[in-house]
This record gives sequence, structure tokens and C-alpha cells, in this order.
Amino acid sequence: MPAEKQQEQRDKRPQDTEDVQPDQEVVEQGDEIKEDLDQLLDEIDEILEEDSEEFVENYIQRGGE
Amino acid sequence: MTVPTIMGTETEFGISVKNARDPDPVAASTLVVNIYKDRGIKGITWDYDQESPLMDARGFVSEGETDIPDQENNSLINDVLVNGGRYYVDHAHPEYCTPECTNARDLVKYEKAGELILDLSRLAAQELLPTNQEVIIYKNNSDYKGHSYGAHENYLMSRNVPFQDIVDGLTPFLVTRQPITGSGKVGAENGAAETDYQISQRADFFETEVGLSTMVARPIINTRDEPHADEMLYRRLHVIVGDSNMSEFSIYLKVGITSIVLQLIEKGVVADQFKLFDPVSAIKTVSRDLSCKEPLALEDGRRWTPIEIQREYLELAHEHLSTADRSQGVQDVMERWEFVLDRLDEDPMSLDRHLDWVIKKRLLDAYLQRHRLTHSDHQIRMLDLQYHDLRPSRGLYARLVKNGRVERLLKHEEIVQAINNPPVDTRAYFRGMCLQKYPNEVHSASWNSMIFCTDDSSLDKILMDRPHFGTQEMTGDLLKDCTAAELVQAILTSNH
Repeated sequence: MPAEKQQEQRDKRPQDTEDVQPDQEVVEQGDEIKEDLDQLLDEIDEILEEDSEEFVENYIQRGGE
Repeated sequence: MTVPTIMGTETEFGISVKNARDPDPVAASTLVVNIYKDRGIKGITWDYDQESPLMDARGFVSEGETDIPDQENNSLINDVLVNGGRYYVDHAHPEYCTPECTNARDLVKYEKAGELILDLSRLAAQELLPTNQEVIIYKNNSDYKGHSYGAHENYLMSRNVPFQDIVDGLTPFLVTRQPITGSGKVGAENGAAETDYQISQRADFFETEVGLSTMVARPIINTRDEPHADEMLYRRLHVIVGDSNMSEFSIYLKVGITSIVLQLIEKGVVADQFKLFDPVSAIKTVSRDLSCKEPLALEDGRRWTPIEIQREYLELAHEHLSTADRSQGVQDVMERWEFVLDRLDEDPMSLDRHLDWVIKKRLLDAYLQRHRLTHSDHQIRMLDLQYHDLRPSRGLYARLVKNGRVERLLKHEEIVQAINNPPVDTRAYFRGMCLQKYPNEVHSASWNSMIFCTDDSSLDKILMDRPHFGTQEMTGDLLKDCTAAELVQAILTSNH
């Protein structure tokens, strides 16, 4: 079984069981994911070209192929 | 009848020089290609005698002029690589062609090695520029202003397959593979319907179903008939409709599943059963359908979603590929194809570690939300473009790799190895090894020829019309102990 499939089955588990108390572990995981994403967005803010308006406007290519 | 699997990709890169007063993409492309050339073997030219880009697969020769450079320019803009690939200036873009590969995994490796070659070139070119200027190279397909540059795939096929079978059998597949192969793009181009975000970088540029041109009125099926091999036995299908992918997973599936479908067409099990009512319109519909659920009209009146059509192709592969057809590599492609189709059916966003358009969408959505932006804001376009930036320090895809946020199929070391080592199981091995062993005696090369100059009086051409010959197994011993003159002598004698 490809690793992705195992992952998929793991991903499914929380949805299979309704009406249960929020699992502390899952909540913490959710927080971690959000924190992690925030960190990535901070990084993007740092490395995104500063003068993006001018940059995007000046990015002109000739058609190729 | 099916032929051995041989495939390769060609990638045209976008290039820009930051802070240049009057940026000239031709000069910038020539600079990066030429500077890489200077790192290694000098003066080997491309053998244009073997080319025929105006030959049409429908059985005629198109009118027009082919652009063959003179000797000096040939050397300036062409580099034959020691990994068996080619690196050159195509119009106003640097272009990298992988060596011929026999399987999807190798092809991903050599395509990614090309990105490293471009980045090494960029670094070297940087040394020659004023300090306030910076070369930036993008592996994408559009400048968002209506100019597109390509990512082409090439597949060896049997000459016996009628071209119309390829048109009928492959068109619906190419239209519906976009949710797997798309790199994602903000906005629309080329007069196509407005949209915030679409799956493919290229879909908006396809205006006809079949044709020879790659630059205007682009066709879904390109008819260029230039096999770069024995034309009695083979054709090379030139697929121009795909996107440039950053994700290893996207490249892998793109070439892996397309190669499988072409085998099915060669076997005659895919005919016109999936023919779409209007492929040119459907390619744009699929690209805009982020749910992957919108049904497409088939010519016979049925209505199927892109994923349903892909599943039909996969089912035919399960039914008709024999044990001999299913190498470990092919089996793996089929399993991952099924995995991706299941996920696309359930929730496309669950592939945000696998497929370029989903990875990019996840990033854009988060950024939009954080800064309360819309898709027409320039920061969002910048983010889209910068996803494809090859600089390890600034490229957003590179950053995701660094942070472990995308699935990888290869180790970095394997990719580095592929910069200077050819695949062992195609004629690229012979090409690459000759360049490594006899840099002073190789005069020029092309996909199916090597020209040697072993004395000052004459040139000897070795034709390589079988892409699966010239392997390590077939030529390794010969290459080990020979001088160039002995090699040429041995091959030319054995051919007579």
C-alpha cells in the first residue's frame, strides 16, 4: 500500500467517529498546523519581491516554443 | 505493436534581469546558456542536418522557413550536455531538454537536474552583471500578459499507429489530465473567460484541435513529425499542451500516465470512445473547474466528469497491460494515478502536498486571507510567479521543499548526480559518455547523430536511429578501452 493511502486512512479516522468529545491531541495538532502555516506566511512576507507591483508589470516575455 | 518506452521533456524558462534598464531576454538567455557551456566542454555544435520541424504527421511538408544558425551562432547558443541532454537558446528563452529516458522516475530526475543546471548558470551569469542587477529564472509558462512559452513532452511511438487514432484517443485524455498535471495560475489570458484562479498555466492558449504550429493558434495535438530516429519504425509524439511542473509528483504522473495511455492507443484499445464534443472549449472548462466535478459533453451525448474519463483510461490500463508491460515503474505509476483520482474525487485540496495547482492554491488562499487581498492584487500575482522562481533563497516552491511541505520522490543527491551522468539504458548513455571521454574529438551531435573529427581531414558521422540502443550494456565495454579513432572505426566497420 502506498504511503499516501495509509496516510489517507489515518486522515479519515476522525470523521468516522461522530458525537465524541474533541480530542485534545487533535486540537493541539490543529493549533500546531496553524502556527506552522503562520510561520510559513511570515517567511513568504520576507522573501516576496518588495516592489511586486512594478515587478509583475515589468515581467514581459516573448512567446516561445 | 508497442515500442520500447522512450520519453523526454523540453522546458523553456522565463527569464528576467531585475533592475536592468532595458532588459533583453535574448541577450540574457544567451548569457546564461553560454556561461554554463564555458564551465565544461567547448565548441561542440548541434547537427541541424538531422532536423525536419516542418514535416507534418498527417503526411505533408508544411511551407515555411526553418531557422538554422551559422557556425559561430550554433556554438554560441547550443550546448550538448554530458548527461545526454541539450541546453540552448530557443528564441528568447533558455531551454533545457532531458536526455531520453525509459521510465517516469528517471525523467523526473533529469528534468529536476535541468533546474539545477539553470540555477548554476544563473549564479555564474550573476558574476558578470552590475551588483544591483539580478538574473531571475522562472519555470512557468506565461508572463500573465498573453505570452506563453512551453513545456513539451516527447514519446516514442510505433510508426504503424495511424495518426488519427492518436488524435481520437489522446485528445480526451490530455483535456482531462489537467487536474493532475496543472501548475495553477491566477487569472485568465488570451481572451479566455475571466477567472480568479485556474488549474492550468497553458489551457487558455489552445485554440485548435490539431495542427503543426507551436507558437500561434496552438493545437491540443501537435503534428510535428520529426522522429529523431528511424522514421520507418518510429514517430515521436510531441505533446505541447502540458504545464511546467515544479512538483516531482506532478511531473512523474504527467509523463507516467501519458506514456501508459499511448501504449493503450498503440494496442488499439483506445479508439474514439471518449471523443469530446468540443475539446477546445472543454480544455478551458476543465482548467477552471477547481472542484473537478463539472461534466463534459462527449460527442455521443454522454456527460462525464474529467475524473470519470481518467478512470476509464486507468481501467483500460488495468485490463490491457500485460505482465510484460507492467514493469515495477509502470505498476507504481498506476497505483499513484488511482490514489490521485480517488483524492480528486473526494477533495482536491487534500492533494496540497502532491500536485502543483493544489499546493499553490493552498498557499494563495492562506496569503489572501492573512492580508485580506483579492486575486487581482499584485502581491498575489507576485506569489504565483515566485512559486516558479528557481533561486533556492527566494523561490516559493523551493521554500516549501526546504520546510518539508511537499511530497518528494527523489533524494537531492540523485538529482545532483544526474547533472553529469547520463541514463544508462538509452542512446543518451553513448552520447553523454562520448562527450565525457572524447571532448576534443566530438565535433557535433544531435538526438540521433554523433559526428567525430579524429584527424584534421575528415568528419565521421555515427547515426543513432534506435533510441534504445547505445546503452551501457551495449556500448560500455567498447567505450572503456578505445580511443575516439578506434571507436569510430569499430562502429563504422560493424555497420557495413
